[in-house]
Amino acid sequence: MHSFGYRANALLTFAITLLALMCAMASLSDNLNSPSPSAHVQVLNINWFQKQPNGNDEVSMTMNISADLQSLFTWNTKQVFVFLAAEYETPKNSLNQISLWDGIIPSKEHAKFWIHTSNKYRFIDQGRNLRGKEFNLTMHWHVMPKTGKMSADKIVMPGYRLPEEYR
Amino acid sequence: MAWILMKALTLGMIIGSALIIWKALMCMSGSESPVVVVVSGSMEPAFKRGDILFLYMSKDPIRAGHILVFNVDGRDIPLVHRVIEVHERQDTGEVDILTKGDSNLLDDRVLYAQDQLWLQRHHIMGRAIGFLPYAGWVTIILTEKPIIKYVLIGALGLLMII
Repeated sequence: MHSFGYRANALLTFAITLLALMCAMASLSDNLNSPSPSAHVQVLNINWFQKQPNGNDEVSMTMNISADLQSLFTWNTKQVFVFLAAEYETPKNSLNQISLWDGIIPSKEHAKFWIHTSNKYRFIDQGRNLRGKEFNLTMHWHVMPKTGKMSADKIVMPGYRLPEEYR
Repeated sequence: MAWILMKALTLGMIIGSALIIWKALMCMSGSESPVVVVVSGSMEPAFKRGDILFLYMSKDPIRAGHILVFNVDGRDIPLVHRVIEVHERQDTGEVDILTKGDSNLLDDRVLYAQDQLWLQRHHIMGRAIGFLPYAGWVTIILTEKPIIKYVLIGALGLLMII
């Protein structure tokens, strides 16, 4: 009962169980945090708005995106992945979500930001439904912990509208 | 003689318990693969090579931002990337999905099969809901240096016999 093998086995099992418990506790501590994030997006300009050769609408826009996500960070947070998605409905699709911009926030200091950018990813519809289309810009964030359960939430900003005609 | 049977029984019980735990995990997560190891760096800095991801598969809608594990026809290793576009049909509820690795420049269309523009639900193995860092390095080493796998199995076999 005292051979090296038995002792090594007992020690290893104990260490791994303890490690798993610590990771679970670290993850649970994230529930104590009550975040209060804020975001605002201003569409400055519709750069162009055209019908592609394959028949789908595409639009390019320049935006000011600002947000304060500092309250999301805890000691167990590795990074926050944030992205801005255009969300709208069409006759064929009950929901379309198209990510226009995303970024990785590695620490609390970087979580309050203001950027001026055109859409990083192409805003292409499945069809030709975008003329005069009303859409929401929703800022989503995914909190990646150092260990444990990931969480996500969003802020919906409604009231944006595309031009009636191509340009 | 009884001693050999005891050894064989112990080995059988170990293998049996491992299988039961794996199948139970499969039931709880609703996925064929409840746990996967991250093998590429395309989701850094969130997930690094060697991390373990816990997957969960449900009928819940798939939305932008979810991290999915999916198979592409013609590739044997599943990919772990984030959804950046969702188009959900009014009538059937079926979805067209576009994915992209966080640290990749381009979306995954270059990785999909020839002429495939979107992923559908049946390509998805599960959604990543939690992770454990570094725990998957054992699997990566065993897969990429198979010699170590044979050495380990040989050593285990010897220990059984001695």
